[in-house]
Amino acid sequence: MTAASEPFILNIGPQHPSTHGVFRLRVVMDGEIIRDLDMIVGYLHRSMEKLAEERTYTQNIPFTDRADYLAAMTGNLGLALAVERMTGYEAPERAEYLRVIFSELQRIASHAMANGTLISDAGAWQTPLLYMFREREKILDLFEMTCGARLTTNYMRVGGVAFEPPAEFWPALQELLDELPDRTDEYAQLLIDNEIFLARTRNVGVISAEDAINGSLSGPALRGSGVPWDLRKAEPYCGYERFDFDIPVGKTGDVYDRFMVRMEEVKQSTRIIRQAVEQIPPGPHKNDVPLAIRPEPGEIYSRIESPRGEIGFYLVSDGTPAPYRFHLRSPALINLSLLRELGEGASLPDAVVTLGSIDIVLGEIDR
Amino acid sequence: MTAQPVAEALDRALPGIVVMYNDEWVEVAADRVDEALRFLHDSDDFDAAQLSNLTAVDRYDHFEVVYHLQSLDLNHQIALKALLYEHEDPILPSAYAVYKGALLQEREVFDLMGIRFQDHPDMRRLFLWEGFPGHPLRKDWLAMVGPHTPGLARFPYENLDAPDRLMNADNLRHIEAGHAEIAHPDTGASGQTGQGH
Repeated sequence: MTAASEPFILNIGPQHPSTHGVFRLRVVMDGEIIRDLDMIVGYLHRSMEKLAEERTYTQNIPFTDRADYLAAMTGNLGLALAVERMTGYEAPERAEYLRVIFSELQRIASHAMANGTLISDAGAWQTPLLYMFREREKILDLFEMTCGARLTTNYMRVGGVAFEPPAEFWPALQELLDELPDRTDEYAQLLIDNEIFLARTRNVGVISAEDAINGSLSGPALRGSGVPWDLRKAEPYCGYERFDFDIPVGKTGDVYDRFMVRMEEVKQSTRIIRQAVEQIPPGPHKNDVPLAIRPEPGEIYSRIESPRGEIGFYLVSDGTPAPYRFHLRSPALINLSLLRELGEGASLPDAVVTLGSIDIVLGEIDR
Repeated sequence: MTAQPVAEALDRALPGIVVMYNDEWVEVAADRVDEALRFLHDSDDFDAAQLSNLTAVDRYDHFEVVYHLQSLDLNHQIALKALLYEHEDPILPSAYAVYKGALLQEREVFDLMGIRFQDHPDMRRLFLWEGFPGHPLRKDWLAMVGPHTPGLARFPYENLDAPDRLMNADNLRHIEAGHAEIAHPDTGASGQTGQGH
């Protein structure tokens, strides 16, 4: 005998731990199965793109902190590079190395957060998340001793970086680099062969490589589906071509693969930082650039690899110190293009881990 | 990649679709933009597998919708533009049939710029609520009442004679009120230079 069920509407969020911020999912449930899914975003919308049109390029850098607040360094770098490519100002060589070191530290911190919350979504409530936070905490300490801020760093500038790291930065960084491999091995032991974790993530939320490309996915969400696409290799910036590192990719494109890509990228980022610390040349950390930068009238689309994927800046200049149009291509928003398809027919717990594996940041989605 | 081979191939395959091109982008007829996207997506030479970025610019007398297409295998980027001269209710064919990645990007453009996309499966606002007055990224939608541009008052050394959209009466009053003594970095005089700390 089967029991008849009637579809009902369930609201998850905007205040709910599994939505990772003020994100609302409105799902039509048929028993345990999702029949339709709608995402409602905009609770954090601050109209940054409009506000940016009446601020100078340098004044707009703090907006990029507050867009992707879990990866402020790469947001800052994306805008600084876009303006540099537009104007021809250049960063000194030491600043490029500092940019790489801080971007990769940010990637480790962001991936720790992403994987920690994903494990939390999968049922290992809070304990692994706080394990992951150990490293993130140390990285934020490094940010704090360099630029005074832990989240909204405002560190990268047009023509270099804002500050030279203090003397105590380098031994603290070395200590972190020495213990990171042990830590990642520890997580691997705890999680990778954990039966419950495998059951919750294997073959769940599968995205084929074709769909991932066609749906404009980028970052670990794209690489998890087996597409070896990373802007650090495809379009090297800040001298990434100097460093030896690999692009980890998944096989099936499920939640587990996206998780493993992030775990592996932490190791690769550690490799990059080690090489950068060995090779970093002495010299100035920034070039003199006027406060009011006036690019020639024109436009540019410039992108870099943030922890979430391709963060792009489409800037249009009319020759004045403020951008005529300022568009931030948000990887976190665009990675959700396939969410509805992924959700339909899935069970609710599977949809929650799928959303967790895409790693959204609401500041960047809503802007 | 440069726009010339793209424009030539488009013109050969779909006569009359290219309006103009320069080094950076190809402008195509707005009502046929979906054909151009389909051609570039299916073509082996261009292999535009991914819609990397879709956005729009308000140029006062027209809207520009900008498409950045990406080939992952050939590692190049193609920029397409479509111009819309209708102001009240501009409409453009949707890219969704070719690129699923257009789903949320077109909703964003509709929400903030007020350009509708025909045959989009879910043409609703994305960030703002239904009933929000206007589309904020349009230039005639003012963030503040009157010609206030709060950012500029911090740059008092700007050339006062320059024809500058940021140099309005409000900011000039601010400057005349006594911040004018800070030197311009180009003159070599001391003062606020560099990146401001």
